[in-house]
Amino acid sequence: MEETKQEKPIEQPKPVPKEPKENPIDRLVVSSSPHFSTEDNVHKIMHTVILALLPACAASIYFFGLNALFLIITCIVACMATEYAFQKIRSKPVTITDGSAIITGILLALTLPPSFPLYAAVLGSVVAIGLGKQIFGGLGYNIFNPALLGRAFLQAAYPVLITTWSEPLTKAAKQGIDAVSAATPLALMKFEHKITPHLDLLFGNTAGSLGETSAIAIILGGLYLRYKGYINWKMPLGYFGSIAVFGGIFWLVNPLKYPDPLFHMLAGGAMLGAWFMVTDMVTTPTTPIGQWIFVIVAGFLVVIIRLLGGLPEGVMYSILLMNAFTPLINRHTRPKVFGEGGQGGLTG
Amino acid sequence: MTLKTFKHGIHPDYHKELTAGKKTERAQLPKKVVIPLQQHIGAPCQPLVKKGDTVTEGQKIGDAAAFVTSPVHSTINGKVKEIEKHPHPVGGKIMSVIIEGDGSVKEWGNGSIGLDADTLTSETIKNAIKEAGIVGMGGAAFPTVVKLSPPKDKKIDSVILNGCECEPYLTSDHRLMIEEPEKILWGMKAIMKALGVSSGYIGIEENKPDAIDALEKAKKSIIPDLKIVPLETKYPQGAEKMLIKAILKRRVPVGKLPMDVGVVVHNIGTAKAVYDAVKYQKPLLERVVTISGNGINEPKNLMVRIGTSFDEVINQCGGMKKGLEKLVIMGGPMMGIAQTNLDVPVIKGTSGITVLAGDAIRPAEYQPCIRCGGCVETCPVNLMPYRLTDYARFNEPDRFKAWGGISCIECGCCSFSCPSNRPLVQWLRVGKLRVREAEKAGSR
Repeated sequence: MEETKQEKPIEQPKPVPKEPKENPIDRLVVSSSPHFSTEDNVHKIMHTVILALLPACAASIYFFGLNALFLIITCIVACMATEYAFQKIRSKPVTITDGSAIITGILLALTLPPSFPLYAAVLGSVVAIGLGKQIFGGLGYNIFNPALLGRAFLQAAYPVLITTWSEPLTKAAKQGIDAVSAATPLALMKFEHKITPHLDLLFGNTAGSLGETSAIAIILGGLYLRYKGYINWKMPLGYFGSIAVFGGIFWLVNPLKYPDPLFHMLAGGAMLGAWFMVTDMVTTPTTPIGQWIFVIVAGFLVVIIRLLGGLPEGVMYSILLMNAFTPLINRHTRPKVFGEGGQGGLTG
Repeated sequence: MTLKTFKHGIHPDYHKELTAGKKTERAQLPKKVVIPLQQHIGAPCQPLVKKGDTVTEGQKIGDAAAFVTSPVHSTINGKVKEIEKHPHPVGGKIMSVIIEGDGSVKEWGNGSIGLDADTLTSETIKNAIKEAGIVGMGGAAFPTVVKLSPPKDKKIDSVILNGCECEPYLTSDHRLMIEEPEKILWGMKAIMKALGVSSGYIGIEENKPDAIDALEKAKKSIIPDLKIVPLETKYPQGAEKMLIKAILKRRVPVGKLPMDVGVVVHNIGTAKAVYDAVKYQKPLLERVVTISGNGINEPKNLMVRIGTSFDEVINQCGGMKKGLEKLVIMGGPMMGIAQTNLDVPVIKGTSGITVLAGDAIRPAEYQPCIRCGGCVETCPVNLMPYRLTDYARFNEPDRFKAWGGISCIECGCCSFSCPSNRPLVQWLRVGKLRVREAEKAGSR
């Protein structure tokens, strides 16, 4: 087989001691400028994201009980184990403590129904990390959001299990029964033309995936991330804005048939997607214009799939599809270099 | 009021409080100086003296016949001990004149501050600047007289003095603006006269209100029309292209110079040196150097003679902290050059010596790029550093060029903001080098 013609990347020079016989602690080190850097690092970002996901996890446990807790733990452990196994096999440094596999685990669990069997969740985790991330080379190289890829796999492999929903414990208790199978607000809207009250959607008192329910818990986490400066405001707002505009057009045309924009934003996975998936750094564009294109088209796709497609929910496919376009978007939205195209003119 | 500025950039910790309030002290007269025959961009000088010669302070000891060059002078009275290659703070070894001093100093004339501006012609000013060996004192060290002699087809309409000093830790320009505002302004007047320009600006970041005040007060009797422009405190506000954009809203086109948009930019220290040269025919013999950083025991601003060794300067600031790894930088931490040897001399472009110690040193390890886009968001020239560095590392000069890599100003915003601590600027330099190599190979 022909060797790859790409040459070895240049390595950062290692610190060079001034004189080896000197006290090693007092030696001079050299580096290439800048010699100064931000205190942010990958670990800090990932751990902050985990912290931001905790309210949503807590809400899912409150509404769905131990089932939710077991699902979350199973997915986290399975994701970390898969990452560990892949890195060992490839003789790469093991980086399971960087937090990114934990995030994938939590996000995957949050997209699953509470009654989802644990063995299938393990399988989903293996696919998420294995096919979603490690096969591309690990953190930073994956094309698709790993959690969503794992979820898409499960949707194909277990179409029934993954659409079997139960009412939250809070509602079931009121009705005096243990667990009731139920339809999600989006399915109710699509197939029975019933609109779930906005307040129930906001607090999470509905059937759905673990993280699809409580909008308020997700918003809390998202605002924390925004406060920490780790997400760009335009990603969630652009996504919501696009969903609201396109959903609103349908609503204005036929308010009896189509739900209002607020329902679109609060129901299903839109909330989780907006704050934790379109804000994923690795799989979304890096250019300012590219980021707008990503969220606007993704929002459009959500509305189209929900209202005109065969499935009740479109968040997952909207993001996965746009993930696939991200390299192309980056390529064609290069910012204009300072002074480019100018003839020494007085452009602002 | 919103302050003028440019797009993107970063807000690092400035740490200027370590020295901003400290008056410039005169450093001890060095017993020995090392004068490199090249301290500037352009042709290196040939020595005009030989071993054993007696030299006096201000005597020209090296010069070249080229247009882009700058002579060098002895900065003390004494004897030429050796002419040999000596370590240079910009890297490598450079032919240098080593002079042993006799302990005496020369008086350069005192009296009232001010120039008889009406009797000065553009030619006499430029000649004085050339003979004085003045170069840009912000760090790049481009010969000043060359900037004052634009080709006939370039019409210069504005001069900007750069008082931003946006590098963390450095306060040498700041102190000079507070302590010698009249000399700076007279120097500016001479520069404007040499270029035949009537519109002048001084850009200063708003974190130096005392400097703005001092210059506002002093300008009334010297150049009343001069505009002092407070700018947002943001790095790299002092980068030439960013400064021109902020003050005049003009963009220097890719691959062009400020003179292509009718502007010449000089550093604060340069203006002061111009004054000394025009008033007293005093060459550039000394400069303010900020010695700071968490690895220095007593951070200071010192007036240091060119050729004094870093070691000697650092020792006058209480030496370096013991028991920690140290990184000694000529200049500031964003664009300065790390030193491997403290025997190197202070040169004309040494605005500071920054010593970082222990945890303040950036670790060498880096992680994979997570495509956060932080480098794209902060790049003041709108590049996509994460992408360009891949082209640089995998040797694709054509793509590197097509994606605008040669416009990189190496300010360091990308590496600074990278959460994976990737040495992006270093790779960008490699990319630019590879483009130049490819162009050379192509033109053969």
